[in-house]
Amino acid sequence: MRYLPKSPSERQEMLAAIGAPSIDELFKSIPEKFRLTAPLTLPGPLSENEIIQYFKARAEENAKGYTSFLGAGVYSHLRSVVADALLQRGEFLTSYTPYQAEFAQGTLTAIFEFQTLMCQITGQEVANASMYDGSTALTEAVLMAERLTDRDYVLVARSVHPEYRQVLHTYAKNLGLHVEEVGFTSSGQIDRAALTPEKLAKAAAIVVQSPNFFGVLEDLAPLAEAAHAHGALLVDTITEAVSLGIVRPPSDADIVAMEGQAFGIPPSYGGPYVGVIATRDKFVRQMPGRLAGQTNDAEGNRGFVLTLATREQHIRREKATSNICTNEALYALAATIHLCLIGKEGIREQALQNLAKARFARTELEKIPGVRAKFSGRTFNEFTLEFPRSVKLINHELLKEKIVGPYSLGLHYPELTKNAVICVTETTSRAEIERFAAAVRKILEKPL
Amino acid sequence: MSTIINPKPPAVAPAEPEAAAHHVGKVRSHPSQNEGLIFEHSIPGKRGMELPPLDVPAVDPVAALGAEFTRDSVEGFPEVSEIEVIRHFTRLSTWNYAIDLGMYPLGSCTMKYNPRVNEFVARLEGLATEHPSQPAELSQGCLRILYDLQKCLLSITGMDAVTLQPAAGAQGELTGLLMIRAYLESQGNARKKVLIPDSAHGTNPASVVIAGYEVQNIKSNASGQIDTDHLREFVTDDVAALMITNPSTIGIFEQRIAEIAAILHERGALLYMDGANMNALAGVTRPGDFGVDVMHLNLHKTFSTPHGGGGPGAGPVMIKKILEPFLPTPVVVQKPDGSYALDHNRPQSIGRVRAFAGNFGVLLRALAYTLAYGPGIRQATEDAVLNANYIRKNLEKYFDLPYDLPSMHEVVFSDARQKAKGVNTMDIAKRLIDYGFHPYTTAFPLIVPGAMMIEPTESESREECDLFIDAMRSIAAEADANPEIVKTAPHSTRVGRLDETTAARKPILRWKPA
Repeated sequence: MRYLPKSPSERQEMLAAIGAPSIDELFKSIPEKFRLTAPLTLPGPLSENEIIQYFKARAEENAKGYTSFLGAGVYSHLRSVVADALLQRGEFLTSYTPYQAEFAQGTLTAIFEFQTLMCQITGQEVANASMYDGSTALTEAVLMAERLTDRDYVLVARSVHPEYRQVLHTYAKNLGLHVEEVGFTSSGQIDRAALTPEKLAKAAAIVVQSPNFFGVLEDLAPLAEAAHAHGALLVDTITEAVSLGIVRPPSDADIVAMEGQAFGIPPSYGGPYVGVIATRDKFVRQMPGRLAGQTNDAEGNRGFVLTLATREQHIRREKATSNICTNEALYALAATIHLCLIGKEGIREQALQNLAKARFARTELEKIPGVRAKFSGRTFNEFTLEFPRSVKLINHELLKEKIVGPYSLGLHYPELTKNAVICVTETTSRAEIERFAAAVRKILEKPL
Repeated sequence: MSTIINPKPPAVAPAEPEAAAHHVGKVRSHPSQNEGLIFEHSIPGKRGMELPPLDVPAVDPVAALGAEFTRDSVEGFPEVSEIEVIRHFTRLSTWNYAIDLGMYPLGSCTMKYNPRVNEFVARLEGLATEHPSQPAELSQGCLRILYDLQKCLLSITGMDAVTLQPAAGAQGELTGLLMIRAYLESQGNARKKVLIPDSAHGTNPASVVIAGYEVQNIKSNASGQIDTDHLREFVTDDVAALMITNPSTIGIFEQRIAEIAAILHERGALLYMDGANMNALAGVTRPGDFGVDVMHLNLHKTFSTPHGGGGPGAGPVMIKKILEPFLPTPVVVQKPDGSYALDHNRPQSIGRVRAFAGNFGVLLRALAYTLAYGPGIRQATEDAVLNANYIRKNLEKYFDLPYDLPSMHEVVFSDARQKAKGVNTMDIAKRLIDYGFHPYTTAFPLIVPGAMMIEPTESESREECDLFIDAMRSIAAEADANPEIVKTAPHSTRVGRLDETTAARKPILRWKPA
C-alpha cells in the first residue's frame, strides 16, 4: 500500500526484534472474542487515479454550471491562487497545534497576525485564534456573556441566522440558560420596543446580527447604550465579513462573533470555515479558545507562544471556559493570507463592488410588477424582496434556467413564505443579474 | 545551521562531554530568519490582489448607507504586493516542523501522513464550490459523499447510526453526551453524573459540564486500567455514563471492557468511548462489538485529514440503535428511489450543534483516505502498533516504563531515570528538536508523572524509527554525562525557549504600530 513505508521483510525483522512470533501477538491484549477474523466490508482499495475519478463523478452530480443568488451565511467571493498555494505548503498543512513554540514559530506568527487583522476589522481589542465557525462562535460568545454578567437570560433577535439560533438553543437547553427571541420591525431591524428595562435588567446580553439575516444593518450604538444602562452586554454576530470593508466596525458591541468564510474560504458545502471571537481587553480571561501572544527568548529575540492557557480544557478540565480544543487554524491562515493580499485598498474596493452590484440587482428586480422590498433598513450585499408568489415555486422554475434562486425565508419564518434573501457579490456579473431578473419576470408573467 | 531542518545526527552518536560548554548561538544571516510581521512590511499604495472592473454603476457608500453606518478604511490593514506575501508566508513556513518533514511522535495526536490526493479532490470544481443551502437535487454528489463516509465509519466501528455534523472531537463528545441525556430523559430520568477516569483527555470533563452533567473522576488502578470493583461502587442510579478512552491514554487496551459495559448497562447507564485512539483498532476490533453505546472519531487523527497547525477537524459520533431518534438534525438519508436527502423532520432530535452540514471538506478527505485503504486499513493499524512496540523494545533499557503492560499504538515512558540528573520530560522533548524530530507529548496523561508519550503512527519507515531510537538513546546518554546541553535545548531553532510566564502576565495579543 503506497502510504505504508515498510516492506514485508522489514515487518518480519521488526517483529523479530520485538520478540513477537507474529503481528497477532501484539494484539493479544484485546480479548479474543472481540478480534475480527474477517476483513471489514469497505469499498476499495482504490489507486490515486480511481479516487480522483470517484470524486470527479460526485462533482458532476452537483450544481456545476449554475448561477447562484444564495448567501444566507455562506458567500461566493474572489479567491487568489496565491493564498491556496501557500496554504498547501506542507510546513503549514501538516503541522500540529503549536504547543512546542520553538518548532512552530511559523504557525504562531501567522496566528498573531490573524488576531491583529480580526481586531482591526472588527474594531475590537482582542481576538482569539479561531472557533469552529460563526454559529458556534456565537454560542460561545453568549456563554461568555453569561459568565461575565452572572445572568442566565439572553435576548436574541429573530433576525439572527436561524441555524445559528438553533445551535444556541441546543447548547443553552442543559445549561439553565434562557433564550428569548425578539422580533423585527418593518425596517427589518430588531424590535427595540420589545427590549424593556425589566427584561434588560435580567439579561446577560442583547444578541443581534449585522448585517442581519434579512441583509439589514442593525443600529448598534443605541442597542449598546440600552444594554449597558441595565448591566447587560451587546453581542454582535457577523456572517458576511466582507461588509466590514465599508460598514462601520462593531466597536459598540462588547463581544463580536464572526464567520470568516467570506475572507477567501470556499463554500465547500458548509465547511470548514473559521469562527472568530473578538472582544474588549478586559474580558480576555473569559474568552474561549486559543490565543497567541508575543514574548522573547533568553537572548531577547521576539517570538510567539500560545498563552493564557489557564482558560482552556487541557489545563482546567471541567472548569475551563469551553471544551474547544481543535480549532480551524488552517482556515484562519487562509483568511490571513487572503487579507494580506487584498489589503487595505482592496477590501474597501471589494465591499464597494458588493454594495453597487446588490444595489443594481435590487433596482432591476424591483422593476418587475409585484416585486417589492420587504424592509426599509439599509442593506449591504443581501436584501429581502417580497414576491407575489411563493418563493419555493419561483425557485423551482429558476432551476430550469440553470439559476439557483435566492434563500426562501418560509422555512424559518412562516410569515415570510413569499419573501427571499437575494445575495449578490463581486463574483456575480451584470449579465447574470440581468438574466436572473429576466427569468423572474418571465416566471411571474406566466399565469398560475 | 541556519534553518530548523537539521541534518539528522549519525546513528547513536554519544554526546561529547565538551559539547556542554559549547554554546550554539543563533544564526541570523539568511533573510528568512529575520522576517518581521506583515504589518511591518506595509507601505501605503501597494496591494497583492486586484478585482475585475465594476460592471454596474458605482454607489456612494455614505449616500447608500448613511455616514453613521460607514467607515473610511480598515485602519492598520497591510498594504503589500503579491511577491511580498509569497515570501512572507514562505519564510514563516520554514520556522515550522511538519509531518512532511519527518516523524511527529506526539502521543494521542496520531500525526500520520496526510495524503496529497485528498487535498486535490477537496478542491475540485463542483465540490469546493457548492453552497450548503442549495437544493438537495443539486447536491446529490455532496450528499452521496457524506452517505458513503457514514457507511464506512459504521463498518469500521460496528455501530448502528452516525452523525457527521460535529466540527471536532470535543464537539463530538458534547453531541454524544447530549444524545445520552436525551435518551435517558426519554426513559424518565436524565441522571446527574458522568464518570471519567483520571487518565482522560481534558476535553472529556469540559464537555460533560456543557452537557449539564457533573464530573465524577475515578482513579485508575495500579496497571493504569479501570478498576471494575471500584467502578461498581461508583455506578449508582445517578450515573448517566462512563467516558472511557480505549486504548487508554497510556496506550493499553482495557481488557475488562465487556465487564465495564455490563456494570454500566445493569444500572441503566451507557458507555461512551472517546475514539481518539482508534488508530490502534481499525480493522482489528470494533467498539460496537465490545459494548460501546456512543463514540466519536477524530477524522483529523485516525483518518489522515491535516491538522493544519491546530485544525480543522471533524468529530463524527457513532451510536447504537437506541440513540438514533436523538441524532442532531439534519440527518443524511438515502430515499427509496436511491437519491440522497437531508432529513430535518426528527422530533426527538437534540437539535443542531453546528450550522450547515458539518466540516464537509474534512469529511470528504476522510472518505478519500478510507477508499485508498479499503479493508486494507487493518494493515495501517498493524504497522502503527508494530512501530510503537519496536520503539518501546529499543528504548525500554534507557527510559522508565511506568506501566509494563502490552502497548498498542503508543508507548508511555517517564523521565524518572533522567530526573536524577535534573533532566525532565520537557528537556528531553526540546532536545529532540535538535535531532530533527518533533517532541513527543509531554506531561500527559496526568497519571504518569513526567510522562513521555510516543505515538509513531504507521507512516514511519523502519529507517525513521531507527533514527528516532538513536536520537532518544543519544539524549539519554547526554542526560547522564552532560545534562546542561539537554536542559538548555533546543539549540538549533531560530528562537530559544520562550518566556511563557511574561507572555501570560503581560499579554501582547495583537500587533500595534510603534
